[in-house]
Amino acid sequence: MTIEKHKPNPRDWVETHADYLYAYAYARINDEEQARDLVQDTFLAALERVDKFEGKSTERTWLTAILKNKIVDVYRKKSSAPIVTDIAIAEQAQADFFDNDNGHWTAERAPQSFGIDNHDPLMSREFNQILQKCMQKLPALWKSVFTMKHMDEETTDTICAELKLTPSNFWVIIHRTKLNLRACLQKNWS
Amino acid sequence: MGQLKNIIHNCKQATFLIEKKLVDRLTFRETIELRIHLMGCSVCTLYNKQSRMIHEMVQQLFRSSVNSDMRLDDGFKKNLKERIEEELNKN
Repeated sequence: MTIEKHKPNPRDWVETHADYLYAYAYARINDEEQARDLVQDTFLAALERVDKFEGKSTERTWLTAILKNKIVDVYRKKSSAPIVTDIAIAEQAQADFFDNDNGHWTAERAPQSFGIDNHDPLMSREFNQILQKCMQKLPALWKSVFTMKHMDEETTDTICAELKLTPSNFWVIIHRTKLNLRACLQKNWS
Repeated sequence: MGQLKNIIHNCKQATFLIEKKLVDRLTFRETIELRIHLMGCSVCTLYNKQSRMIHEMVQQLFRSSVNSDMRLDDGFKKNLKERIEEELNKN
């Protein structure tokens, strides 16, 4: 019995996969122009190694894997700017969440009850918009970690390796990201 | 014991454990620490509830955005096809 091999067919790539890859990239980087560039880069990179395509996976899986690597490159580039000011600013913004001496929530920043406590589907559309806006405001590195964890369901090890983080760094980011999102949601939900 | 006393009053550490628990497993000790903290802290209990809710909504949002029907415009696709054709003819 022979295993049927998938043969790549570059002339059909745009029709068959471009929209899919575009949506995939856009969902992860939220930038139309950059998403477009990534689709093009993916196809060109794929062409260069099309003879190495072994047909072990489908064409789409193969192309998506190439795109995924390119997205991680974008994450890495964004979060390794010489001085990562966005993180400093975001950290500063939550400097007064907890009392420095005893780690208690401070009176001003302690979570309060707001709209999300009851799960109303009519509200969820509006809620999603606020949530998206709050995610956009996250520092680039935090957003990358958050997306890889929740959208791609990558393991902690993979994320640490690809973004060059220590595990303790990773956990601090997970914690701070959620503190930030929650505060942002409470602030903008009214 | 000093450490345990620490967590009982430390909301920063408790919220850290709440977040860790959402993506990974806590050690036995961490589980106990968090449980004790939450028994005595209504603010973190509220945080815990909200954080889980946000977690679920994020997952839902991400799932729906992957299936979104975003399309590239035809002009871009046409150029892209031509570009690929060019590359193919190089060899």
